[in-house]
Amino acid sequence: MALTGVLRPGHVQLRVLDLEAALKHYRDVLGLIETARDAQGRIYFKAWDEHDHHSVVLREADTAGMDFMGFRVDSPATLDKLAADLKASGLATDMQWIAAGEHLRTGKRFRFTVPTGHAIELFAEKEKVGNGMPYENPEISPDDLKGMAPSRFDHCLLYGDDLDGTVKVFTEVLGFNLAESVVAGPERMAIAAFLTCSTKPHDIAFIRHPEKNKFHHASFLLDNWGEVLKAADIITKKRVSLDIGPTRHGITRGETIYFFDPSGNRNEVFSGGYVFYPDKPPLTWTDDELGRAIFYHDRKLNENFLSVVT
Amino acid sequence: MAANPCFSVAIGNTQERYACRSDQTLLGGMEQLGRKGIPVGCRGGGCGICKVRIEAGRTRCERMSRSHISADEEAEGYVLACRAYPESDLQLQAVARMARCIERHLAVTRSPT
Repeated sequence: MALTGVLRPGHVQLRVLDLEAALKHYRDVLGLIETARDAQGRIYFKAWDEHDHHSVVLREADTAGMDFMGFRVDSPATLDKLAADLKASGLATDMQWIAAGEHLRTGKRFRFTVPTGHAIELFAEKEKVGNGMPYENPEISPDDLKGMAPSRFDHCLLYGDDLDGTVKVFTEVLGFNLAESVVAGPERMAIAAFLTCSTKPHDIAFIRHPEKNKFHHASFLLDNWGEVLKAADIITKKRVSLDIGPTRHGITRGETIYFFDPSGNRNEVFSGGYVFYPDKPPLTWTDDELGRAIFYHDRKLNENFLSVVT
Repeated sequence: MAANPCFSVAIGNTQERYACRSDQTLLGGMEQLGRKGIPVGCRGGGCGICKVRIEAGRTRCERMSRSHISADEEAEGYVLACRAYPESDLQLQAVARMARCIERHLAVTRSPT
């Protein structure tokens, strides 16, 4: 097996102010599939082509934002090894094991805080519930999909202060590669990092920002530009708060649209992007070309996109 | 069916006034002023950029993030304009980022030509 270690983003747990409103958004508008509710009242969802039990968990709270993001690793042995490596690295804080079952149908998770203040988890076991189709002679999609119906939870973009420290955790301990970065000023200080553990241009990304532990968006994958435009139609039809798009990113080359859930957490649906192999040279953008890097078509920076976070 | 009542909202910072229906948020009504400098963020009570203080009049509010409106502030009349609906004519004062945006753009609009 060539893809080892950390395999992919496995889940994100978000705080919402009104669980019922959030349910309608994530189930009926975004089009995730509800898979469970737990004793704490959290609601679990998966995207249709994910086989694991859940990838999005919503928790009602008095603030919006992200509780944590979790990554699936290839085995329990890798989970133990990476937990030990994180402890030895001295780069992460608040390290703890979360007992199996705390998230429904999920094995034990190792939770730690990266220098930008975000809680990140690793886990090796989560029950496979399938994608609604047989494993032998399947169709190409299940019936009765709703809303935008992305096929998977793809990545998060997070904001925090110690960008260099967080990049170090992901690249030096967890085996991620830096696919793209943005640098600013004559000193070329890194202000954004797009990190991959797979063949995608990013599995998680960070932007330098004065406050710790801020959430910019959780992103979900669509098939093509036509589906992104269809998502734009749904955003208006369902009176969803639009952020920006449809447009294209220079960074990652994704075709994209951004909008907000009813508690103000930003979502993205996107398609496209290139294939990343670990020997691909990283791309660097300079801040004087940032407009084109972020929004390739209108080439203008957007203050709300850059500064509105939860 | 009776139309929703419409109230007059005065923005203390800029001496502007706009009409806002009782089923429309204070931010939604303000957006219809159609000028630059209305800081519209998430429209969901999560990001905190549309913070204002209600100086006169009554509103009803949906849930707002405690990261941006503490219980004390809520008691003092602070709200996020994207979560507050008018129940009478109102006087509001934009604060923090909302104030900076709205005042800066008004200054640009009114600068001599």
